[in-house]
Amino acid sequence: MIMEDNKTTGFVPADYKNSQSARWCPGCGDHAILNVLHKAMAELGVAPKDTAVISGIGCSSRLPYYMNTYGMHTIHGRAAAIATGVKTANPELTVWQVSGDGDGLAIGGNHFIHAVRRNVDINILLFNNKIYGLTKGQYSPTSDRGFVSKSSPYGTVEDPFIPAELCFGARGNFFARSIDILLDTSRECMVAAARHKGTAVVEIMQNCVIFNHGIHEFFANKENRAEHTIILRHGEKMLFGKDNSKGLVQDGFGLKAVTIGEDGYTIDDVLVHDAHARENFLQQQLAMMDGHDLPLALGVIRDYEAAAYDQEVARQTAEVQAKKGFSNLRDMILKTCESWEIK
Amino acid sequence: MSKETNVKTIDRVVIRFAGDSGDGMQLAGNIFSNISAGEGNEISTFPDYPAEIRAPQGSLSGVSGYQVSVGKEVHTPGDAADVLVAMNPAALKTNLKYLRPDGIIICDEESFTPANLKKAEYATENPIEELGINPDRILLVPMATLLKHTLADSGLDQKAMMKCKNMLALGVICWLFDRPVESVLKKLQAKFAKKPAVYEANAKVVQAGWDYGHNTHSSMPVYRIETSESAPGTYIDITGNTATAWGLIMASEKSGRPLFLGSYPITPATDILHELAKRKDLGVKAIQMEDEIAGVCSAIGASYAGRLAVTSTSGPGLSLKSEGIGLAVMAELPLVVVDVQRGGPSTGLPTKTEQTDLMQALYGRNGESPLCVVAATSPTDCFDMAFNAAKIAVEHMTPVILLTDAFIANGSSAWRVPEDKDYPEITPRFVSEEQIKAGWKPYDRTGEDFSRFWAVPGTEGAMHRVGGLEKDFNTSVISTDGPNHQKMVDARRKKVAAIANDIPLMEPLFNEENPDTILIGWGGTYGHLRTAATQLNAEGKKVAFYQFKYINPLPANAIETLKGYKRIIVAELNTGMFADYLQMHLPGKEILRINKVEGQPFLVKEIVDGVKKFMED
Repeated sequence: MIMEDNKTTGFVPADYKNSQSARWCPGCGDHAILNVLHKAMAELGVAPKDTAVISGIGCSSRLPYYMNTYGMHTIHGRAAAIATGVKTANPELTVWQVSGDGDGLAIGGNHFIHAVRRNVDINILLFNNKIYGLTKGQYSPTSDRGFVSKSSPYGTVEDPFIPAELCFGARGNFFARSIDILLDTSRECMVAAARHKGTAVVEIMQNCVIFNHGIHEFFANKENRAEHTIILRHGEKMLFGKDNSKGLVQDGFGLKAVTIGEDGYTIDDVLVHDAHARENFLQQQLAMMDGHDLPLALGVIRDYEAAAYDQEVARQTAEVQAKKGFSNLRDMILKTCESWEIK
Repeated sequence: MSKETNVKTIDRVVIRFAGDSGDGMQLAGNIFSNISAGEGNEISTFPDYPAEIRAPQGSLSGVSGYQVSVGKEVHTPGDAADVLVAMNPAALKTNLKYLRPDGIIICDEESFTPANLKKAEYATENPIEELGINPDRILLVPMATLLKHTLADSGLDQKAMMKCKNMLALGVICWLFDRPVESVLKKLQAKFAKKPAVYEANAKVVQAGWDYGHNTHSSMPVYRIETSESAPGTYIDITGNTATAWGLIMASEKSGRPLFLGSYPITPATDILHELAKRKDLGVKAIQMEDEIAGVCSAIGASYAGRLAVTSTSGPGLSLKSEGIGLAVMAELPLVVVDVQRGGPSTGLPTKTEQTDLMQALYGRNGESPLCVVAATSPTDCFDMAFNAAKIAVEHMTPVILLTDAFIANGSSAWRVPEDKDYPEITPRFVSEEQIKAGWKPYDRTGEDFSRFWAVPGTEGAMHRVGGLEKDFNTSVISTDGPNHQKMVDARRKKVAAIANDIPLMEPLFNEENPDTILIGWGGTYGHLRTAATQLNAEGKKVAFYQFKYINPLPANAIETLKGYKRIIVAELNTGMFADYLQMHLPGKEILRINKVEGQPFLVKEIVDGVKKFMED
């Protein structure tokens, strides 16, 4: 059971941490995310014995080895399918999936969209560093057009996926975003993801110090961050900028960033975030803001509750079982098949 | 049965029903085999259907067939049919080759219209003459006219009347083989319980078919088919795919592990998914995933979560699952992979049968990745081998590949519904509280079977991580150490080899007089090989016979036993995979081969002739 009150769970972050020391490069964003995950789990209060962390292959996918929970480090791209199996087989478990942009969106793209579509109750942490790190620096499906890497020495000639767009396109009901260095935002996103029933996608903009250092710098940098990002909270005004001096307002069918008190805009014009709305039109626009003309949206962008796959499978199975009332295989055969006796 | 009719008694009979996919030939064949089984006959059936779902009516490519063998000592649906029921000229043309030279044809003479003859690509207006059929062997039934007369008062329109053609043919067949119309009516009553009008029409038509045969051809001999002695009990007619699904359910009941299937539709394995999806009523969770890979991966997830986990597929799907199965080998998780083999390579012959996935099952993964491979020998044996595959998987913590094939998966035979006591308990290898307290590690192995233990999420104190990376033999943490890898590779191999201690020893049939020749097969060719061996021995050719079900590991005494024969003849539906596999274990020993890759089962005659030829050499 996920506890709603974070003060009484009886668990501390150390309960979720094992004795293995993390072997990511010094300075890698993954260290921060791991620590935050331990904290988020303690806050949620699901016992380590009832938690399973499933990963694919890649730097980020080493994470289960640093957890004191049940866990599985699987094969490239397949974490979502394996996590779906774990959760559907035993809905009592809280299941986390850890994947990078290559694992989750390239080789595992099919499993990603189908897990999201199916709405199985797993929490997908998508570490997005826009690079293949473990294979030493090739472009990934989230690398920007023109990106120069070892496998694209003259720059890529293809457009990237925007994970949020893919999630919405797959009819996702939960999407949140954070940056590896924003510990509180990451923790809030993870906790909200776990409390959400259904597939929850948390994209974490993560820095690869070795092969793609500074890729998120223009919005992650402490000096630029206030201007280039906005932290969304359900029911609160969409404010950002130094001292929250800016806000997002409706502009025709689109959004516009304005300075409050300028050009006739007041605080009353600033939109209030509704993460729970069923219609995702505005949420999708927020998720697509890239930090340039409009600030990159962080926090929980969409959190709409719908029937979760694993619960539906369990419900249907229980209903059919109760209705038919067979005691076992033999009973079913004798009651439903044409048979004859030999004496 | 009228007194003056000449009744001949025969051991078994093979009837082939052929028509358009929509003609209901399978239903007619099915009812006939069911009532025959009810009379105490053994039965074996085989549907032979085109890959096209609905090819144009009356065309050669649209013909589907359903072959039924009933009688005593029935192990196969028969090499050739004694009777062919052909509903149109196309069916006659395409199926004539399956009829014995002296076989009987029952044909709808009113289907020989110019349009139908053209669709079936006849050159003349007389198909009987064109195909060189002896007119004495053909029983032409004016089906449309008979149906119109019989159903004149039924209120059915022309189209609905013609749908009863299959029942008319069934009536004629019932007359020919001395089957009471009443037992057909009972089956129809059950089938059309909610549609009394449809029942009435079909019942009248069956009777009309019987009467037609009796009144117009009473000089023809009528056959009475021998019954056989079967164990007392309740019997049903079961296909291999249904038997596979149910064997897994039985294993779930005997192990206390809920059954989970992760699958993806593929011919000819999909019926396993269909059946287990229906069996939500027994608590089965059968989920259709987005692809073959997700099918096996969801099953691996379910296995980690402590369930009896299964994925079902056919050849191309097994290729896609290779990497996932490798993970199950490395993580040492129980998993049953059912491969219903079909014609390959690539998409190949999706609806036809072959035994060509053997090497893929044994070796189709990267690295040293041994696993258990077993095979089912008949539709009903699918139940036993699915049960055994699951038992091995959860008791030895290993993936097991169960090989069946299109022939036994779609074929059916009579099966005694087992009672609870007929199958042993299954004891999953769970980690114990004492072990956990004593500092258990996930890859700890004890005993002589080298298996690790199953620690199911939710268990207090047993939180652990598994995965595809090599682990340290002692500490179970990731290790790239060379000697440790060697030790782990050896341990995984010994673990699979140790399964031999739990499987039956090789005991050849027809071995009493110590013959110097043995006929060997594996899996779904059992019926044909067994029938061939019986025939050879009856003819004085002394040949022992053994059909392998356990392929990796082989029965513990298999190699020593085989060494005792001068001639080892391996018959299989591929170019020699099992023969090659045995050859590895029997260096220097010549292994003779009978092979066929035509998408069709062996004919008994092919085996008999092949063995005789080797025995003469």
